[in-house]
Amino acid sequence: MSTMTDNQSGPMLAADGTPLKVSLARALRRQKIRAFLLIVPLLAFILISFIAPIGDMLFRSVENGIVPETMPRTVVALEDWDETSGEAPSEAVFAAFYEDMKVAMEEKTHTKLGSRLNYDTAGIASLFRKLRKPMGNIDETQPIKPQFIDAEEDWGDPEVWQTIKRLSGYYTSSYFLSAVDMESTHDGIQMKDDFERIYLTLLWRTMVLSVAITVSCILLGYPIAFLLANLPLRTSNILMILVLLPFWTSLLVRTSSWIVLLQQEGVINDTLVSLGILDDQGRLELMYNQVGTIVAMTHILLPFMILPLYSVMKTISPSYVRAAKSLGANDWTAFWKVYFPNSVPGIGAGAVLVFILAIGYYITPELVGGTSGIFISNRIAYHISSSLNWGLAAALGVMLLALILVFYWLYDRIVGIDNVKLG
Amino acid sequence: MERDDYIVRFENVQKSYDGEILVVKNFNIDIERGEFLTMLGPSGSGKTTCLMMLAGFEPATHGEIYLNGQPINNVPPHKRGIGMVFQNYALFPHMTVAENLAFPLKVRGLSRADCDAKVKRALEMVRLPQMGGRRPAQLSGGQQQRVAVARALVFEPELVLMDEPLGALDKNLREEMQFEIKHIHETLGVSVVYVTHDQSEALTMSNRIAVFDDGIVQQLAAPEVLYEQPENAFVASFIGENNRLMGTVTALNGSTAQVKLDGGGETVGALAIKCGGVGERTQLSIRPERVVIGQDDADNKLSGKVVELIYLGDHIRCRMQVGTSEEFVVKVPNSHAHAALKVGEVTPIGWATDDCRALDVLEA
Ligand SMILES: Nc1ncnc2c1ncn2[C@@H]1O[C@H](COP(=O)(O)OP(=O)(O)OP(=O)(O)O)[C@@H](O)[C@H]1O
Ligand SMILES: [Mg+2]
Repeated sequence: MSTMTDNQSGPMLAADGTPLKVSLARALRRQKIRAFLLIVPLLAFILISFIAPIGDMLFRSVENGIVPETMPRTVVALEDWDETSGEAPSEAVFAAFYEDMKVAMEEKTHTKLGSRLNYDTAGIASLFRKLRKPMGNIDETQPIKPQFIDAEEDWGDPEVWQTIKRLSGYYTSSYFLSAVDMESTHDGIQMKDDFERIYLTLLWRTMVLSVAITVSCILLGYPIAFLLANLPLRTSNILMILVLLPFWTSLLVRTSSWIVLLQQEGVINDTLVSLGILDDQGRLELMYNQVGTIVAMTHILLPFMILPLYSVMKTISPSYVRAAKSLGANDWTAFWKVYFPNSVPGIGAGAVLVFILAIGYYITPELVGGTSGIFISNRIAYHISSSLNWGLAAALGVMLLALILVFYWLYDRIVGIDNVKLG
Repeated sequence: MERDDYIVRFENVQKSYDGEILVVKNFNIDIERGEFLTMLGPSGSGKTTCLMMLAGFEPATHGEIYLNGQPINNVPPHKRGIGMVFQNYALFPHMTVAENLAFPLKVRGLSRADCDAKVKRALEMVRLPQMGGRRPAQLSGGQQQRVAVARALVFEPELVLMDEPLGALDKNLREEMQFEIKHIHETLGVSVVYVTHDQSEALTMSNRIAVFDDGIVQQLAAPEVLYEQPENAFVASFIGENNRLMGTVTALNGSTAQVKLDGGGETVGALAIKCGGVGERTQLSIRPERVVIGQDDADNKLSGKVVELIYLGDHIRCRMQVGTSEEFVVKVPNSHAHAALKVGEVTPIGWATDDCRALDVLEA
């Protein structure tokens, strides 16, 4: 009796005396290695094309090496300067700055530095671009500060030096502050002036419009998916092709066709005018505003709602509704109390998909959104390709990513992520 | 007035899904109040279709269905008040067992207290009093089945339809559930229309069985009548085991027919049930247990050659060659009198004229 209990309390042994767990692990290892080898290409691909860029983006949103690297001496010298004094820094700082800029101009990095500083304080870029003028005439035996200020009086503006001092670290929060319409001044962190604020409004608008698009996708997609799921297979296959048709058409073509339809001289307005419903002056503004964005994006994202809904509805046995009816429920009760709750996972999956796609959408709002219908992603694109402020673009991107993760988390808390079914 | 005895009446009901094939050809049936009526038939014979028409999920193409004397062709399913147990149970997966049971009560606007009391009683009836809080997915197949039965009964319908409710269960559980359903039927006195293609299930549970084939009712009778007195060759071969011998009618006198067996065999007497006139082909049908072996005092005497013997404990299954048939089976009781059968032996066999039925010929 006691030996038996002893045996069972110790680890189980395989026939050769090694613990069973060890020999099982050994047996499974080969299998695991093979499974791993199968996914290596995908893993490498994801690493290179997805994880690495995201990591790079995260890094860029706080990276600020250019300031301390281009002006190492100035950064050190500025440490003793009291930025709240309201006066330009001392001769020592100017001397250090002169040395730094000699090197920088040789390496032609000074304009880049100027653009970086310009993101925080407008006007600095031109100061650096015109650096050749003060630098060229410096007499190194005389104090440098007065010569600089004489040649270009803006060098005496303490704001310039405040900016340099603020940005002298290798890492900075300035991009993130800009991304939420804040700035850091010598008085501390505060909101930007009203007329300079843009990103919070944009972020808010992106969310509100994305919610509106998601809701209209649900409202339009649910009946279609229901129909598809309940028709005989042959009919539903034909209809399914109609649903998938947009996928085979270029996004640009689809968006442009909305322009043709919605613009003020477009098909819809012309029809309404010719029917006498509108007069020629009262043409509706359906484009280059939020209406345009919502209409076009709902159309483009609708399949992403219909497909998961359809695949979930396909699995709802018709006998549920029949059972409900045989138990005394009328058509509506049977639908609402029995069919609908079983289709919620499809709504969840579709809504998550559409919302996440919408929140980062770019081309369609760009083309039909005008100024009031653009999304935050359009600003990101602008900073990437036009203003070249990649740090800010990265910070905005990180915010968007964080936002999506927050939504995902909220969804998980409220609905439960296991409730999402894509098929 | 006379209709009040019947809870359901099908009158000349026809059904076609595609406008080309009649799935149900001419269905007439009267279902008595409190009866346990089973529809039995091979797959695709239209049993589910009839049930669906009765429940209101499929319209009848032609004919009229009456419930309590009222025509119900235009009454929607939820107003018919018929309980239904589906083949796959159709328990609502997003509700607990108790919520499933409360569903029909809530849609009828019962108060919470009434609901709770009835749900509790229903759960006790199917012996699952502790399971109210579980989801259907957390129950075993047999438990789900019981919940489905309870749900179909909890709102106290007069009529319950069950479409192969035990189809998904293993044999032991099936038998246990057959007993339980039968017991509930007897206790509550509801009328039950039950669909199955398992004949032993039909035989043990039913008051009457309607044997379906090819869209029509081949025979509607009590189980023992169906077994002892099949009216046509389909019923004879579908219910239980039967020996078939082919022959030609040579004489008819009253209720008996003289039939000359094929292959130059003997002429035997049989009950003329459905055999046509003199000179027509007929199929004789004799139950294996009604054939006597090794005695020569029977009405009809033939001889058979033993082809195969299978020992089954209480009896021996003896396959013989009789006339042209190699598949003639005799169940020989395992008694001392029959101990000496051997393969290859030729032995006299016989049966009473009353046990042999001359029926129509199934075109095979
Ligand atoms: N919705 C439908 N549309 C078209 N044909 C159908 C439909 N439902 C059933 N049928 C056809 O009707 C015939 C009878 O079907 P039914 O379901 O009534 O058979 P059953 O007797 O219940 O068979 P089983 O024992 O297999 O359940 C079959 O040939 C079937 O193919
Ligand atoms: Mg069926």
